[in-house]
Amino acid sequence: MKLLVNGNHLQVPSNVFTIADVITHFFKHDPIVIVEHNGIILEKNNHPKQIVADGDKIELVEFVGGG
Amino acid sequence: MNDRYSRQILFSPIGQEGQEKLAEKHVLMIGAGALGTGNAEILVRSGVGKITIVDRDYVEWSNLQRQQLYTESDANNRMPKVIAAKSRLEEINQDVQIEAKIIDVTPLEMGQLIDGVDLIIDATDNFDIRLIINDISQKYRIPWIYGAVVASYGISYTILPNETPCLHCLLQQVPMGGMTCDTAGVISPVVQMVVAHQSAEALKILTDNQEALRKRLISFDLWTNQQASIDVSTFKNTSCLSCGEAPTYPHLSYESQTKTAVLCGRDTVQIRPTSAGKRDLQTIAARLSNTGKVEQNSFLLSFTSEPHRLVMFHDGRVLVHGTSDVTEAKSLYYRYFG
Repeated sequence: MKLLVNGNHLQVPSNVFTIADVITHFFKHDPIVIVEHNGIILEKNNHPKQIVADGDKIELVEFVGGG
Repeated sequence: MNDRYSRQILFSPIGQEGQEKLAEKHVLMIGAGALGTGNAEILVRSGVGKITIVDRDYVEWSNLQRQQLYTESDANNRMPKVIAAKSRLEEINQDVQIEAKIIDVTPLEMGQLIDGVDLIIDATDNFDIRLIINDISQKYRIPWIYGAVVASYGISYTILPNETPCLHCLLQQVPMGGMTCDTAGVISPVVQMVVAHQSAEALKILTDNQEALRKRLISFDLWTNQQASIDVSTFKNTSCLSCGEAPTYPHLSYESQTKTAVLCGRDTVQIRPTSAGKRDLQTIAARLSNTGKVEQNSFLLSFTSEPHRLVMFHDGRVLVHGTSDVTEAKSLYYRYFG
């Protein structure tokens, strides 16, 4: 499956079904992240329920602390 | 009258009127590291009226790669960052009033610093202080601009009380750590990118061009060439304890304050003693002189007992270098400072 993630077309493995899987795939750690899926902002508790499909547009913004 | 600001005045959204407004504004810069020095230099060159710069740390060699106001001499002399920053900023523009504060910001200090401030710029390195800034911003109705970097990644968001969601709304949880400059490093271009976003938003607010504000949460990675921009307005939570209908400002309470902090990128723990009051560094230096190498300047005392180095400031704060372990740092602190 291919997803448009933060402006880049990226291939994800077949075990990626939900937004929570997308987050696990792209981050090594457990991030604080805001997700927009096909133009809709998701509440955190919906990440494991939200199914992704080929061609979906996903914006991921991680909160970091350095400065 | 010289033409120092002529190009900025020619930029029509600012103009002469905006320039005059800018000269009357007071910005509180929390942090004088990479983001703080970058933002401060731009605002001072732009002709802001006053900047108060606050930082608890001093200049080290590892800062020079990205913290643009500092020199090798500052690192050699372990100058407190705000002192070195003030000195350089006054060379750049003597018309701007620069106030330098060597302090570790707590809610108490924030309550004192906030008087007369038009805008707070976040140039800090941890979420504990950002959540304090967030509550202060809501309580006193002063906008603030979040900015952060790690590795080649940057993020920024402008928080307007009564209008946008606050940081508490956006995070939905208290951060428990993650990547830091310690583990992932940081490159200078991403600092400059976040500084550009923060300072542009600052100029809009300070010249009363609020309609031009970005209004979106942005992030970018300058190495993997990714970027994101999200409208987060739906995150504004009417029951938020920081910005909702019945705020309690939870991060201003004593219980929520941290007494130790691991410093980003430094392999260092800061210990903030519960007992307030000015320390007699001369006496402490004499006491330590037989135990290890002691060096002093008028701002701090540095004590080395390999493999650790402990630095004490007049207010009693201690930086324990050579460890990121808070327990070990406390142990060293009590061993040498009683």
